[in-house]
Amino acid sequence: MFRKILAVILLLPALSVLASPEKDFDKFVSYFKDRFPNTPYEDYKNGVYSIDASAREQWEAMEEFPPYELNVDRGEELFNKPFKNGNTYGSCFENGGVGIRQNYPYFDTDRNKVITLEGALNDCRVKNGEKPLSYFKGKELAHVSAYMAYTSRGNVFNVQIPNTEEALNAYEDGKRLYFTKKGQLNFSCADCHVYQTGTKLRADIPSPAIGHPTHFPVYRSGMGRLVTLHERFAGCLNRIRAKSFKGGSDELNNLEFFTTFMSNGLEVNGPGSRK
Amino acid sequence: MSTIKMRSKESNGVVTVKALIKHPMETGQRKNKKTGDMIPAHYIQEVHSKANGKDVITIHWGPAVSKNPYLTFKYKGNKGDDVEISWVDNQGNKDTKIGKVK
Repeated sequence: MFRKILAVILLLPALSVLASPEKDFDKFVSYFKDRFPNTPYEDYKNGVYSIDASAREQWEAMEEFPPYELNVDRGEELFNKPFKNGNTYGSCFENGGVGIRQNYPYFDTDRNKVITLEGALNDCRVKNGEKPLSYFKGKELAHVSAYMAYTSRGNVFNVQIPNTEEALNAYEDGKRLYFTKKGQLNFSCADCHVYQTGTKLRADIPSPAIGHPTHFPVYRSGMGRLVTLHERFAGCLNRIRAKSFKGGSDELNNLEFFTTFMSNGLEVNGPGSRK
Repeated sequence: MSTIKMRSKESNGVVTVKALIKHPMETGQRKNKKTGDMIPAHYIQEVHSKANGKDVITIHWGPAVSKNPYLTFKYKGNKGDDVEISWVDNQGNKDTKIGKVK
């Protein structure tokens, strides 16, 4: 009898290691439901403003005339500007690139890697004989991505993980990066955005882990420009004094894959504005 | 394309005008990192607004105002007013936009 109980106890951790992405998702959602019982799931797309009423008031006042409008216009201009060979970005995407933000990131079973929207835009440039663009400094890539997100507002994310070993590995990789303590300060993404979300981090409140990717790229007032999701990831890693990864690297692609899967069922509301 | 984006709304006899102006607003104090040359000053000096042809506000701006400045002000007015915003910068460039109050 005693042995049986022992065996069951030993088996439990082993089972949790084998948890499927769907189970992770349910766990995540129920964790946040306990944490913030008054926040409906759909509201997590608004990031920290879903749990911080006073900051939300200021943000909503800003949203009446959002600072990213000029960037969306610029993004549209760049999106429609032909490459040297006459093609445009739209030629690489279904529906001419309009209203498709929610289809990214996805796992490409032929290339066995995660394809993000920014990655697909760069692939499109290479295919048309142009140089790939940087994810950083809020230049052309961020603008085009912002315009494409803007045309997709209201569409719902539904990231699928194909049932192949590589796809599951990519997901697990992203999940591992999310929960691994890194850097001199020994923080993981989850430390602030899962365990400590809603508390104070100096004068700020760390946003909940659900709904992060829905509003990217964001216009950050502090920087006065657009920031892509990968630049934000890199910024977070630098802040905890960890060595960051390059924009579009497999590590960050997988992290985006994981975080977007955890935001399934939420609407695209990018580009957003943040302080 | 116009450099001014404007929205105006009336409520209880007060019109709130909101505008976003696309402008580099260079102070003249910055250096080009590559060449070491000073970037010439380029900023809006005067913003002027009229409603139905009547002056509403004149604003003097300088190099301390941010890039792509945002402006909002209120005046006593009605729905359907023609609001006009115009700016002039120190290099003599100018732009004007007219919109109707909602």
